[in-house]
Amino acid sequence: MWLALDVGWGTILAIKTIVVLAIIPLGAIILGYTFLLKMMAHMQSRLGPMDPGGFHGWFQLFGDGIKFIQKEDVMPAKADRRIFAIAPAVVVISTFLVFLVLPTGPDLVVSNLDVGVFYALAVSSLAVVGVLMAGWASANKFALLGALRAGAQLIAYELPLLLAVVGVVVMAGTMSLQGIVKAQQTGSIFGWDGIGLPYVFPQIIGFVLFLVAAQAELTQTPFDMPVAESELVAGYMVEYTGFRFLFFFIGEFGTAFAFAGLAATLFLGGWAVPHITDTGWENVLGPIVLLTKVMLVAFLMFWVRFTYPRLREDQLQAVAWKFLIPIGLANILITGALKVAF
Amino acid sequence: MPKLPKKPKAPGLIGGLGVTFKTMLRGAVTVQYPHEREDPPPRARGVIALKEENCTVCMLCARQCPDWCIYIEGHKEKRPPRREGGRERTVSLLDRFDIDYALCMYCGICVEVCPFDALFWSPEYEYSESNIADLLHDKEKLGEWMETVHEPEPLEVGAETGKK
Repeated sequence: MWLALDVGWGTILAIKTIVVLAIIPLGAIILGYTFLLKMMAHMQSRLGPMDPGGFHGWFQLFGDGIKFIQKEDVMPAKADRRIFAIAPAVVVISTFLVFLVLPTGPDLVVSNLDVGVFYALAVSSLAVVGVLMAGWASANKFALLGALRAGAQLIAYELPLLLAVVGVVVMAGTMSLQGIVKAQQTGSIFGWDGIGLPYVFPQIIGFVLFLVAAQAELTQTPFDMPVAESELVAGYMVEYTGFRFLFFFIGEFGTAFAFAGLAATLFLGGWAVPHITDTGWENVLGPIVLLTKVMLVAFLMFWVRFTYPRLREDQLQAVAWKFLIPIGLANILITGALKVAF
Repeated sequence: MPKLPKKPKAPGLIGGLGVTFKTMLRGAVTVQYPHEREDPPPRARGVIALKEENCTVCMLCARQCPDWCIYIEGHKEKRPPRREGGRERTVSLLDRFDIDYALCMYCGICVEVCPFDALFWSPEYEYSESNIADLLHDKEKLGEWMETVHEPEPLEVGAETGKK
C-alpha cells in the first residue's frame, strides 16, 4: 500500500476521524461561500460580500461562524432541554457518518464497506430524526409544523433516492462505493474507453432522479416547504440561536456536500481518472478530481435552488409519490432487463 | 372545484434556468458603496438645504411640517427707509433654523410651501451620525448644503414659463 505508514490502527482511525470532522465544516463553508454567497449574488446581479478577508469576501462565513459562537445560547422555557440540545448534533452526526464511506482515492477512505451505498443512504436518513427532535423539543407550533413537514418530505423522497441508486448498483454489480468507482473507471461506451463509463450516461434518468430527491432531502428550494420562511419563519430551526443554529447550518451544507459527493461517486466516476491505475498518484489526484466533480454537481443543485419558486405541500408530495417513484421503478426494470440481455 | 392554474411546463422550467445563468454571467449592477460612490440624479431628495438670505421667518415650513422637526427663531429689526422721508422698514432676521433629521421623514412639504424659495432639495446623502442627537443640523450646516444643490434644468423649448 502506498500510504501504509507504520502506525497503529488507533492512530490511523484518529487521523481519519479528525480529517472527516474537518471536512464537514470546510465543505459547508466551500459550498456556502461559492454558491450561497457568490453564485446566488451574481444570479441576482449583485456581487455578494466583497470586504471580509480582503479577496472577494472569502472570510465572510468564518466571520459568521465566530459571530454565532459568541451569541447567547437561548433555550425556550417550555423546551425539552436535553432533546433540544442534542438535536443539532444528531443532524451533523448523520452527515459525518455519510462521509465515512465516501472514497476520495484508492486508500483515502475511512472504511470501505461492502454495503457502502446502502449504509450511506441509511445513515443520511438519520437526519430526519434530528429534525423531528428539534421540532418537537422546541415547544413551538412553527417548529413542530416544520418538523412534521420535514419528516413527511424526507421519508417521501428517501424512496426515489434509493430507487435512483439501485440502477447504479445493478449496473456495477456491487454496493461498495469503491467497487462502483472501479466499475465506472474500467467500463467503456460502446467499445470506446476514453473516459471509462460514467454512469451518468446510461443512468441519466437515475441521475436526474437522484438530484431531485437529494434536493428534497436537503430541504432546498423548490422543496423547502419545511423551512418556508414566509409561513413557518424557519421551520424546525426557529427557536435555535448561536452555535446550535450554526450546527444546523453546517449540517445543511455539509449534507449538501455529502450528497454532491455521493452523486459524483455514483454517476460521474468518483475520484477515478481513466487509464491512471496503480501508479500511486491516485491518492493525490483523487481528492482533486472528486472535489471538481462535487462542485459540478453542487452547481447543478444550487442553480436549481436559486431559480425555482417553492412547491406547495400537496404538489411536493405528489411529485414524489406519483411521479418520481414510478419513474424510479421503471428505471430499475429497464436497467435490470438490459443487464440480463447483455 | 375551483379551476386550478395550468400545470407548469418543462420548457418553462428550463427557460428559467437559462435566465439565472445568463444573469450570472452578465455582471453586477450594484455599486460597491464605500469604495466607489454613486452619483445621485441632480433632483434626488437627499437632504434639505437652506438659502438663508431668502428666508423671511414666515414659519410656514415649521407649521406645515408633519413631524414638527423644524425649529425657527427670529427677531425683527428696524432698517432706514428706502426713500428720503419714508417710513422705517422692518426686516425679519433668522436667529435659528434647525432641522432634526432624526425626525424628518423627507416628505418635502417644507420645500413645497416655502413662498420665497429658501428651501431646496439637495442630492447630498452622506450625513449619517453615530449619535442621534447630532442629526439636529443648524442653519450654517443647512447653508453649506446649498452648495450641493444643482441649478434647475433649463426648460424645454416651447414650455410654459408660468410667469408672464
